[in-house]
Amino acid sequence: MNIKILGTGCPNCQKLEQNVKQALKELNIDAPVDKIVDIQTIMSYGIMSTPAVVVDGEVVSYGCVLGVEEIKKLLAK
Amino acid sequence: MIKFFADWLTYSILSITPKTLLAEAVNFFVYDTIKIFLLLAAIIFSVSIIRSFLPPEKIRNILSRKHKFVGNILAALFGIITPFCSCSAVPLFLGFVEVGVPLGVTFSFLVSSPMINEVALVLLFGLFGWKIAGIYIVSGLTIAIVSGLIMGKLPVEHLLADFVRKNQAKNSLQLPEMNWSQRLNYAKNYTWDIVKRVWLYILIGVGVGAWIHGYLPADFLAKYAGADKWYAVPLAVLVGIPLYSNAAGVIPLVSVLTEKGVAIGTTLAFMMAVTALSLPEFMILKKVMKTRLIIIFASVVGTGIIFTGYLFNLIMYK
Repeated sequence: MNIKILGTGCPNCQKLEQNVKQALKELNIDAPVDKIVDIQTIMSYGIMSTPAVVVDGEVVSYGCVLGVEEIKKLLAK
Repeated sequence: MIKFFADWLTYSILSITPKTLLAEAVNFFVYDTIKIFLLLAAIIFSVSIIRSFLPPEKIRNILSRKHKFVGNILAALFGIITPFCSCSAVPLFLGFVEVGVPLGVTFSFLVSSPMINEVALVLLFGLFGWKIAGIYIVSGLTIAIVSGLIMGKLPVEHLLADFVRKNQAKNSLQLPEMNWSQRLNYAKNYTWDIVKRVWLYILIGVGVGAWIHGYLPADFLAKYAGADKWYAVPLAVLVGIPLYSNAAGVIPLVSVLTEKGVAIGTTLAFMMAVTALSLPEFMILKKVMKTRLIIIFASVVGTGIIFTGYLFNLIMYK
């Protein structure tokens, strides 16, 4: 599994990154979490509201900071 | 009822002698904070519910199909309900421009979105009453619409960063519509999030405000910032620019300054500058436009704000 966090580096994005890492840890998944801060790359995913979570190239959430539990649900799919 | 609680807490529980300066300050503080937090929770929650029906992706689809003038008005109105932290400015800006929303319309949105936000409105309504809050909304919308129209007329396309113009519209992403339990959940989280972020500023703002309310004479500031001081409005705007992150604390403070003699137009101008002209937002916008464009944008909006300030000083004190 490959996970990307899209965000320009504001506190929200950092919070989301922490939550994702926490969720991965709780699920015992060992997957790399990349942080994408380049705005052109972010826009290429077709989103307008950051931060967003991309799992295996697919945007699964955008425009909000998900909680650890919500991320676990998304990743378990 | 809140008044009753504030009285009870001040006089019975803390047993401060009524009619003293301390009692007045404490009472004012308790009453104002409770009122503001209740309003804050109610309004942010309702706005979040509305917003869950109108995500930015939907808004840009609507805006890309509208003509300029109508587009500017709609963009300014949409700006009211969208959340705005300076980090969302760039993706929103690019997202709008790449599907062909006119630049001027995008600017209208960019002005109204941070300026007319729910936190500022709650504070204005709670501390100044509905009249001032209403004036703030109407003049804020007017500034957003007019600035956008002006920006649309100016030849500024070449001042955008090169990649913005090359960006082609991509098929925009559609996540499934939320159901009601998701909406409520979203609104609840969002409300909690905002309250968590601003409560300290509000407490400090109201606290310092309560102190000033109790201890400074009523027209203390009139001789420095009354309606007859021409320099008060532009000065207020300049001071307001670096204060964005503290808007929640600044407004309670300012409400007390008004009570102490600062003219209402000056106050309005100051608050608009705090919310609409923010230094961190400009730094982030640098990623998509040249500095000259940011300066032009800030000047157009700043002029609108100063004009509004003078206008209300004229109306209210003649």
